[in-house]
Amino acid sequence: MIVAVEKITVPMRQQPAEERIKNFNEVPLGYNEQEALKEASRCMQCVKKPCVEGCPVRIDIPLFIKALREKDFQKAIDVIHDSDSLPCITGRVCPQEEQCQAVCVVKKMGEPISIGRLERFLADNDLENRKNKKAVTPDRSTRKNIKVAIVGSGPAGLTCAAELAKKGYDAVVFEGYHKLGGVLVYGIPEFRLPKAIVENEIDLLKDLGVKFVNNALIGRALTIEDLFKEGYQAIFVGAGAGLPNFMGIPGENLSGVYSANEFLTRVNLMKAYKFPEYDTPVKRGEYVAVIGGGNVAMDSARTALRLGAKHVYLIYRRSEKEMPAREEEVIRAREEGIDFRLLTNPLKYIGDEKGVVKQVECQKMELGEPDASGRRSPVPVKGSEFIIDVDEVIVAIGNTPNPIISRTTPGLKTKKRGEIEADEDGLTSIPGVFAGGDVVTGAATVITAMGAGRKSAAAIEKYLSEKK
Amino acid sequence: MFKILDKYILGPKMHYVLMEAPLIAKKAKAGQFVIVRVREQGERVPLTIADFDAKIGTITLVFQEAGKTTHLLAGMNKGDCLLDLLGPQGNPTEIINYGNAVVIGGGIGVAPIYPLARALKEKGNKVTSIIGYRSKDHIFWEDKMKAVSDRLIIATNDGSYGKKGFVTDMFKELAQGGEKVNIVFAIGPAVMMRAVAEMTRPLGIKTVVSLNSLMVCGMGMCGACRVEVGGKTRFTCMDGPDFDAHQVDFDLLMKRLDTYKNEECTCQK
Repeated sequence: MIVAVEKITVPMRQQPAEERIKNFNEVPLGYNEQEALKEASRCMQCVKKPCVEGCPVRIDIPLFIKALREKDFQKAIDVIHDSDSLPCITGRVCPQEEQCQAVCVVKKMGEPISIGRLERFLADNDLENRKNKKAVTPDRSTRKNIKVAIVGSGPAGLTCAAELAKKGYDAVVFEGYHKLGGVLVYGIPEFRLPKAIVENEIDLLKDLGVKFVNNALIGRALTIEDLFKEGYQAIFVGAGAGLPNFMGIPGENLSGVYSANEFLTRVNLMKAYKFPEYDTPVKRGEYVAVIGGGNVAMDSARTALRLGAKHVYLIYRRSEKEMPAREEEVIRAREEGIDFRLLTNPLKYIGDEKGVVKQVECQKMELGEPDASGRRSPVPVKGSEFIIDVDEVIVAIGNTPNPIISRTTPGLKTKKRGEIEADEDGLTSIPGVFAGGDVVTGAATVITAMGAGRKSAAAIEKYLSEKK
Repeated sequence: MFKILDKYILGPKMHYVLMEAPLIAKKAKAGQFVIVRVREQGERVPLTIADFDAKIGTITLVFQEAGKTTHLLAGMNKGDCLLDLLGPQGNPTEIINYGNAVVIGGGIGVAPIYPLARALKEKGNKVTSIIGYRSKDHIFWEDKMKAVSDRLIIATNDGSYGKKGFVTDMFKELAQGGEKVNIVFAIGPAVMMRAVAEMTRPLGIKTVVSLNSLMVCGMGMCGACRVEVGGKTRFTCMDGPDFDAHQVDFDLLMKRLDTYKNEECTCQK
């Protein structure tokens, strides 16, 4: 049987570049029902379902698309919720082009199904419906009355907590910050992931019975040992990112040189873009250099632009091909006018007498042999040094795993860079303590952290049932 | 919510706040700090823990009005609640029996010096406390300091109380008396800590300072609090706040502290 497949995906409407650089509102606007149905009709409903294998949390993608086509939106979102507790978020920030969509059968004939956009449509639709409905209180009779502590309210912790709550455990999430969501609120900007959406998704977890405690940094006021003493039967550590990496070049501590973590935290979590209505300030540079080529670098560059920068340079030592950022984010950054300085590496930052950054000295690079990451490693071009005038620098070259738990938990084994040692299921060197997400892998994606949280929830259930 | 159990004025723009904080009080040790946020639009600000009582579950904060948050905090009263209170953060000061210990506090820095002196005394050190204030009006906690010191020297810049001069003058006098000092702890404005460091360096006396760098997260994530110690970048919230005074780049610290000077003025308007 020959099936005619529409080769081109239904495009998603978005704010035009010249408008969006003046606001912090979301850039892609999402599908409406008509667009979603049209896109869903492109799916071949193939038997092989490679997309499910491509999904880190194994959503039954063809099944939800089938329900969507039949306009059974409730069934469609239920299918997604079976595997993914935060679809509004993953529909927006998952790198689908490297996961489910990369292996889509339709890709052999044209553009793959825009699975992420369909997921987002269903999740947003569901969220909107729920606003008008009363929350269903979880059935207390199925509760196991077993307490499990979750350290950190980022994607790993939220997923683990949701899965455990669904299974009847009393999941209590401890968060150091005053707001819930971890990297979803401090790291990813409003224009890519609106904070109201994160809040709404977390409210759904509260409806599931998950409890949250803010201002509770495990490792300081309470330790892992204290949690066990307080009757928690198992602990999941999803503490996330830690201290930012710097290159170790001169001038990195000048005023006006930020780590991306600090810059984004000030703007996203502390709402410094609304200063002085909000109390936290941030420098609004006119000529800004962002160092790095990942999603965080793109987020930083685009944020600087929205804060009013006249010119934003993105300095990356390899070529565009090696950039770890999502392709669509690179495209949007280019559309917005970010000046990509590829095969370029900073050598030092030069400040004025007040210690404020004024210039960055760079060097041209060329690509040599592949390194450990498999990417061609950049080699300096002799005599190619040049200067760029700047008044703000944002260093976005990754971070180490959060160090607090590992420094304050005797017996917890860690790896060279401070990553907590954990097996496939997240089990650490301490019985009953599981870990997942960036604190185990180092900086990765929201969805891999969610995958880890989900795996650990299953492992915790197994551990607790065997322990009895 | 985090309730203010007591609050009063200690001196010009200086305030005492007693907070209900049982969890923090249970774990707090000399040298640690808390992060406070006073309102929804508020920033996260680090304040040193000036005292703590695990039995009744309280911590004491002493602060000087400097930026927006401390200004707002100054306007709060007994019975009011802080929006957020996180702690105890940072590494506790290393307290052992050093022998002859000198603690130096300048201005508002006397507050965190108090639990430090007390802890040193409890470990059997001979504690000499040198505390300096701008003038007589600014003096606070003289009695408390007396109770935990073997010897207490008070100085005011204008000589309106105690001896006239800076804390460094007092220390110089003491050192010139030929007394063998095993360790010095100094907490106060960066210029004061630098002056102490320069004084003890040629004498080869181990000196520890508690750095008051900029901070946002206060929990090892954002990197706002970075300082240079011994030529290396360190993070005050995770590696400090105590550092070897002779290794600290105070010039850099002071420049970084000035980063938001203009914004601070805008915000207070």
